[in-house]
Amino acid sequence: MQWESWSAFWQMGGAGVYVWACYGLTLALIVAELVLVIRRRKDTVTRLLRWRRAVGKDVGGQGARVESVE
Amino acid sequence: MLTVFLAVLRRDLLLSWRGRADLLVTLAFFVIVVCLFPFGVGAETNQLRAIAPGVLWVAALLASLLSLHRLFAQDHADGTLEQLLLSSEPAVSWVAGKVVAYWLTTGLPLVVAAPGLALLFDVEQGALPVLTFSLALGTPILALLGAVGAALTLGVRGGGMLLALLILPLYVPVLIFGAGAVEAWLGGTGATAHLLLLGGGLAGALALAPWACAAALRIAME
Amino acid sequence: MTNERMTNPDNPPGRSPTSWLRFAAPQQFYPLAGRLAPWFACTAAVLTVVGLYIGFFVAPTDFQQGEVYRVIFIHVPAAWMSMFIYLVMAFWAAVGLVMNTRLSFIMSQALAPTGAMFCFVALWTGALWGKPTWGTYWVWDARLTSQLLLLFLYFGFIALTRAIEDPRRADRAGAIIALVGAVNVPIIYFSVQWWNTLHQGASVSLTKAPSMASTMLAGMLLMSIAAWMYSIAVALWRVRALILERERHTEWVGEVLEAEGRAR
Repeated sequence: MQWESWSAFWQMGGAGVYVWACYGLTLALIVAELVLVIRRRKDTVTRLLRWRRAVGKDVGGQGARVESVE
Repeated sequence: MLTVFLAVLRRDLLLSWRGRADLLVTLAFFVIVVCLFPFGVGAETNQLRAIAPGVLWVAALLASLLSLHRLFAQDHADGTLEQLLLSSEPAVSWVAGKVVAYWLTTGLPLVVAAPGLALLFDVEQGALPVLTFSLALGTPILALLGAVGAALTLGVRGGGMLLALLILPLYVPVLIFGAGAVEAWLGGTGATAHLLLLGGGLAGALALAPWACAAALRIAME
Repeated sequence: MTNERMTNPDNPPGRSPTSWLRFAAPQQFYPLAGRLAPWFACTAAVLTVVGLYIGFFVAPTDFQQGEVYRVIFIHVPAAWMSMFIYLVMAFWAAVGLVMNTRLSFIMSQALAPTGAMFCFVALWTGALWGKPTWGTYWVWDARLTSQLLLLFLYFGFIALTRAIEDPRRADRAGAIIALVGAVNVPIIYFSVQWWNTLHQGASVSLTKAPSMASTMLAGMLLMSIAAWMYSIAVALWRVRALILERERHTEWVGEVLEAEGRAR
C-alpha cells in the first residue's frame, strides 16, 4: 500500500488539485457521454414512433411496406 | 483533356476579369490584415522584423480562405457544374482548370503583394525572394486543399464557417514550412530544405487534390 | 430486451451458414450490437477498477515527479485512443467508399464523438500534468500541438457530417474529409516536430520518459484496454440509434419500434 492515510491519498503529495481535476473531468465527460448516448436512443425511438403514427402506421398494425431504402 | 482544362481556365479567368472588384477585395483584405499587426503588437522594429514571416503567411492563408466558398458556388447555382459532371470529359481536368484559375486570380496577387508588405516590416531585402518563392509554392497548395473543402461544403448551410473549420487544420504544415523558409533564411541555415518540402507538398497536392475534389463534387451533386 | 423480435424472420440468426459478413447488413448488426455492447461496457468497467487500483495503490511513487505522474493512467490511454479512433474512423470511411456499405459510414460517425472526447481528455490532463511538472499549462511541443490539431480534425468531421442533411451525401463527404485528414495526420505530426526543433522556445524535454516501474506500465496498459472497450461499447450504442434513424422506412425497424413502444 502506497498511502499512510486517506488524507495523504487525497492530497497526492501536494498535487491533489491537478490529479483530481484530471480524473474528475474525465469521469464527468464519460458520464455525460453515456447519458447522451442513452438519451439519444430513447429520443430516436420516441420520435420515430411519433413519426410512424403520423405517417399512418399504427401500433400493432400491419404496416404497409413503404419504399425501402435499399 | 488539355483542351477542357484550357477552356475552363480561360472561361473562369474571363468571369473573374468581369468581376474585378471581387478580386481586389481579397488583396485588400490581405493588406489590411497585415497592416493591423503593428497596431496590435507595437511598432518596435526588431519585433516587427521577427514576426513578419509569420504575419504575412497567416494573412495570406486567411485571405485565400476568404473567397474559397465561392469557388464552385456560382457554377452550382446556374447548373454549369451539373453539365460539367455529366459531360464525358474527365472531371479532374476541368476541376484542375478551375483551381488554377482560382489561384491565378486570388493567390498570385498575394504572392506579388507580399514583398512590398514585407518592406513595411523592415524585413531584410535578401529574404524577399525567399518569401515570394515560398508563397508561390505554398499558395497553390492552399488553393488545392481549399478546393476539396469547398466541394465538400458546397450548398451546405453555414458552409463558409464550416469550410474554415475543415480546412484550417490542414493548412498548418504549409504555414510551418512557408513561414519557416523565410525564418530559416534569416537565421542563416538556408531555406532549401523548407522550399523542397513545400515543393514536394505541392506535387503531392497536385496529384491527389483534384481527384478528391472531383469525387467530392460528384457526391455533392448526387 | 426482445432481441428475438428484432431479427428478420426470413433469416434466422445464427443458423445461416453465410459468413460473418452478413452482419454488414444493418438489420443483422442492430441486434448484434445490442447484445455485445453491455459486455464491452462491463469489461471496460472491470478493467478500469483494476487499472485504477493498480495505478493508485500498487504503483510506487515516481522518484522524479512524485505523485502527479498518476495522471498518466488516463492521459496516455486517452491520447492513444484519440489517435487510434481517428485511424479506425478513416478505415471505416475507406471501406464505406470502396465497398459501398452503409454500416461502415455509420460506424465512422459513431466513433467520432468518442474520439474527440478522448482527444480533449488527453489535452486537459496534459495541461494539468504540465503545470506542476514543467511550471506551465501548455508548451508548444510537437505532441501537444499535434493533439490539438487532431481535435480540430475531429471537430471538422463532426461538423461536416452534422451539417449535411442528406445522409447519403453526409456519409460520403464525411468519409472524404476523414481520409484527407488521415493522410494529413502524419504530415502534420512531421511538420510540427520539425517546427518544434527549430524553435527552441520551450526548454522542457518531453522525450525523456522516466523509467517506468512494471506496475505503472501494467496500470497504464489495463486502462488503455479499458478505454478501448469503452469506446467500442459507446460506438455500438450510438450505431444502434443511427441505424434506427437511417432505416426507419423498413419493416424490421417498424417491428423494433413497436416492440419498444409496447415495452414502455
